[in-house]
Amino acid sequence: MAALTDLTIAEAQAGLEKGEFSSKEITKAHISAIEEARELNAYVTETPERALADAEASDKRRAAGDVGALDGLPIAIKDLFCTKGVQSTASSHMLEGFVPPYESTVSGKLVDAGMVMLGKTNLDEFAMGSSNETSYFGPVINPWKRNSDDQPLVPGGSSGGSAAAVAARLCLAATGTDTGGSIRQPASFCGIVGMKPTYGRCSRWGIVAFASSLDQAGPMTRTVRDAAIMLQSMVGFDPKDTTSAEVPVPDFQAVLGQDIKGLKIGIPSEYRVEGTDPEILALWDQGIKWLEDAGAEAVEVSLPRTKYALPAYYIIAPAEASSNLARYDGMRYGLREDGDSLAEVYENTRAAGFGNEVRRRILMGTYVLSAGYYDAYYIKAQKVRKLIADEFSAAFEAVDAILTPAVPSAAFAHKEKSDDLLGMYLNDVMTVPASLAGLPGISVPAGLSSDGLPLGLQLITKAFDEETLFRVADVLEQSAGFTAQPGQKG
Amino acid sequence: MSVDKSTVARIAQLARIKVPEDDLDALADELSKIVGWVEQLDEVDTEGVAPMASTAEGTVLRQRDDIVTDGDCRDDVLSNAPETTNGYFVVPKVIE
Repeated sequence: MAALTDLTIAEAQAGLEKGEFSSKEITKAHISAIEEARELNAYVTETPERALADAEASDKRRAAGDVGALDGLPIAIKDLFCTKGVQSTASSHMLEGFVPPYESTVSGKLVDAGMVMLGKTNLDEFAMGSSNETSYFGPVINPWKRNSDDQPLVPGGSSGGSAAAVAARLCLAATGTDTGGSIRQPASFCGIVGMKPTYGRCSRWGIVAFASSLDQAGPMTRTVRDAAIMLQSMVGFDPKDTTSAEVPVPDFQAVLGQDIKGLKIGIPSEYRVEGTDPEILALWDQGIKWLEDAGAEAVEVSLPRTKYALPAYYIIAPAEASSNLARYDGMRYGLREDGDSLAEVYENTRAAGFGNEVRRRILMGTYVLSAGYYDAYYIKAQKVRKLIADEFSAAFEAVDAILTPAVPSAAFAHKEKSDDLLGMYLNDVMTVPASLAGLPGISVPAGLSSDGLPLGLQLITKAFDEETLFRVADVLEQSAGFTAQPGQKG
Repeated sequence: MSVDKSTVARIAQLARIKVPEDDLDALADELSKIVGWVEQLDEVDTEGVAPMASTAEGTVLRQRDDIVTDGDCRDDVLSNAPETTNGYFVVPKVIE
């Protein structure tokens, strides 16, 4: 049998059911793996004692015949989710030591489903970044290395700790959050599956807010089936989140294994973004061929305003962030720095608590919302957002899903892009359009670059059509047959 | 449009973040770069387009029953406060 840490969720479920191993055994295997791979810095907070207690409780439930959907499975939680009694930092000095007295809805649902919580994974500070280099707790190292050198690579971001942990076998699966690509881009960089559901599928309650009209939680796993299994336990209407969607939840696994004969797959030429790695464009062509070979019909679609999605995002997201992060004032929780006046306490606290990228985005957001610029930037961006969403709606009248690359490049080295602001922002050029439109998207590992690094392809469907998304992703995954594993594992 | 040093100082004050004088020039450069880049949106004709604040705009805001759903958890609320006394938050003096 494969090592316990190499199992998929589906395999681990089967093994636990058959009594081949206990939750305690698979949990211990993961705790050891985490200890051996600390140099990856994937976790901000490890919770081995909690995990063992969770596992023992799960084994008792199983003995009593009363198990939940994810019972006994060791899972990691991005440190953007508030977890009751466990430090929740958003990888910011501002929230260092913050111990929520409540549980986020999504992590609470996973607890109810019986998960074993291994710990809280590293991320870009307040989820702002595409390389996990903005974390106050240090960068995460991608378990993959390129063939050409031994440089440590970034895992992508913002859910970089989750992606690295899943890839390095430091958990069976992890939660992520995606505002402009923070699940899908790191998933591509680390060779795993990353899925962002439709905006409103997962409750945002208890997730540290970045840009509220865009933030959405999702699963990060090693297979499409695992993503479907895990998503099932994350979704559902929540009265605590006013944007939570009161819609029926389908059985996401039911569509797996169905063929895609006759489905129309949209191919938007606008995603042939200048500067995209030619290998990625070739992989995209290969992906089209795979889906055609499986009986789908590739159809050209036009999304002409795609190139404006990223600049619109970099107005909207910082604007919402500047408003959301106004709450960090040093009064009720979080860091407080002294000052001679109340205003100075605020200013000193926020100067000390926020890192450079967060500060830059708050200032950018404050600027575009300030008197005289509000209409020119913020309202303008919201109008462009509407046009982009309308273009997707029109496209989905003709096609069932859209296939694009997930990222414009493979993982890069630490500090390689940290001085190139706009170059860093370009990482999300393929993922941001669907975010603005609130659509579900999934990154599926589809191949390796010539330098030995994983590359993902992205599928997008219309809102609340995760079933078609999983159905096509499953076929894409089978066709790609991606079995490569990173060199550095736990 | 470029963002100058005094504008950075002004928005930093609006955002209540102390920015050291030494950082202002670099921030002005960075924000100018970002602002200059996002201004490509001016190429898009948005005449008559309604701004979209959220993709959940079709959702009707729900009203919940007017009953207490939370509360009686003072110690929880205070548990992460930088300073408390007798069940209250302690904040810096506001009125001279």
